[in-house]
Amino acid sequence: MQEPRNGNLIELRDVHKVYHRDRNEVPVLQGINLEVQEGEFVALMGPSGSGKSTLLNLIAGIDSPTKGEVRVAGESLARLTSSKLAAWRARHIGFIFQLYNLIPVLTAYQNVELPLLLTRLSAKDRKKRVHFALDLVGLEERAKHIPRQLSGGEEQRVAIARAIVADPTLLVADEPTGDLDAKNAADILGLLQRLNQELGKTILMVTHDPHAAERAQKTLHLDKGVLQP
Amino acid sequence: MKYFRLIVANLMRAKRRTFLTVFSIAVALFLFCTLRTVITSFEASLRASQATRLVVRHAASLVFPLPLAYRERLAQVPGVTGITYGNWFGGYYQDPKNHFAQFAMDVPTMLDLFPETVLPPDQAQAFRSERTACIIGRALAKKYGWKIGDQIPIVGTIFPGEWRFNVRGIYEGKTRDVDENTLFFHWDFLNESLPEGRRSQVGIYWLRIGSPDLAAAVSHRVDAIFENSPQPTKTETEKAFQAGFISMIGNVQLLLTIIGSAIVFAIMLVTINTMMMAARERTTEIAVLKTLGFSDGLILRLVAGEALLVSLLGGILGCGLAALVFHQLDFTGGGFFPNFRVLPATVLTGLLLAAVMGILSGIGPAIAAARLRIASALRKVA
Repeated sequence: MQEPRNGNLIELRDVHKVYHRDRNEVPVLQGINLEVQEGEFVALMGPSGSGKSTLLNLIAGIDSPTKGEVRVAGESLARLTSSKLAAWRARHIGFIFQLYNLIPVLTAYQNVELPLLLTRLSAKDRKKRVHFALDLVGLEERAKHIPRQLSGGEEQRVAIARAIVADPTLLVADEPTGDLDAKNAADILGLLQRLNQELGKTILMVTHDPHAAERAQKTLHLDKGVLQP
Repeated sequence: MKYFRLIVANLMRAKRRTFLTVFSIAVALFLFCTLRTVITSFEASLRASQATRLVVRHAASLVFPLPLAYRERLAQVPGVTGITYGNWFGGYYQDPKNHFAQFAMDVPTMLDLFPETVLPPDQAQAFRSERTACIIGRALAKKYGWKIGDQIPIVGTIFPGEWRFNVRGIYEGKTRDVDENTLFFHWDFLNESLPEGRRSQVGIYWLRIGSPDLAAAVSHRVDAIFENSPQPTKTETEKAFQAGFISMIGNVQLLLTIIGSAIVFAIMLVTINTMMMAARERTTEIAVLKTLGFSDGLILRLVAGEALLVSLLGGILGCGLAALVFHQLDFTGGGFFPNFRVLPATVLTGLLLAAVMGILSGIGPAIAAARLRIASALRKVA
């Protein structure tokens, strides 16, 4: 693992992404250059179809660019094999989805524990960390509940606990408040702010909502696959 | 082990589907064990056959008897060191479904010619000395709760009427392959009870020869003697006789193998379809697990592990049930399958088959899950 260059946790150089639909090429990202410093909370805004989530996926290592270099936490992602990329994600990325994406047959505790199963931690240590994460999001008493027994806001908080439990380098959130009412959305944004300010987590958040973006330290705008100055 | 809980949780997601899949595999493997046991019980009968015993019967069919008068001439054939004879009785106990093998035998010679049938000397003496005495196998005694001193009424089908026999002995097989589900009684008793026209007729003669090497020569000599008589004979080794008896109902082994394989194959297709459906329904969840850092290899093992677990559960249930049921029922198939026991080798083969079914049904969905592209599966292009 290489050290991040110039204190940048995320570096994108001339990144292009093209999707193929039938015989047509659909350019989604066009020449993206981006730097995000460690400890920053960055919001990424733009209209639907502007390529926000695609950009987020490239940074999280769950998709690959058609051209250009994506460098996160000192690692050029294109160089990693599929299995090394999976291990890299487990170590460095905490992903928060718009629709929470909890595993419906597992309890809140078991959902949060999932990333820790990939580590060498003992069952006892895993338990400690899961309880710590659930406590942090204020849901320790809901540990034994399965997702359908939780409200949307609670599900998203469990998802956040799952994202932070392995202490990743970077939290990426794709419309984390997109499916929540105003109160729950505010709670979630407050939680993300705390994670950034109190635990120093670097956060990259895609959002449509200008109020959500106000919580970030920096806002980037993407339109038609191009980052606006 | 830490992933086992995840596999079990996924299986419990659709309890009814999982139960039905396990149950269908269990039924298939129950049938496989049953059909396989038919074959192994036939094989056990053949193994129990003595290489130094020949069977002499009517050349046309077992249905036609031979004259008792052949006894003296058979005994004088060079190479023959012992002879006994008997008739298949074909009766039932109380109800036609309580059918088991009964033979009327020449008692003074039968115990000598069938040393694999072990009977205590006092019981053998009691059997010899009473005209209406019978001996029964240990398994038969256990099945009907009979003991020495009991009187068994048997309804004859070939020899009509109710026949009553006094149990004077319970024999045991020298090896596991020896049938312990037969009742033997005095041929003289049967013969004397028949009308004049049906008397002095023998179904089968058994000849003991000095060495297995003599079998072909002695058989040839015997058949040559009666070649031009009204009742020509067919002489063969006991093993050939048993095999021929079995082949009377066709190529059983091939037939059963085809049926068993077809059942297992059909169920495997159903299981493949079920596992593919189960994996397809969880496309998003698999993508989420991959996002969390689960590698392609781990995803492959988890999905394949589910299929393997389902199949093995079905296998354990089906094979275990077959072993238990046929042990408890002491099934003999009306005397046709005297050694109908599900062997440990059959259970192991069934479990191996279940594992193969699990691997084959899980490998397709597992590879598809491992190859799943996260971004496409999450269906999110902003």
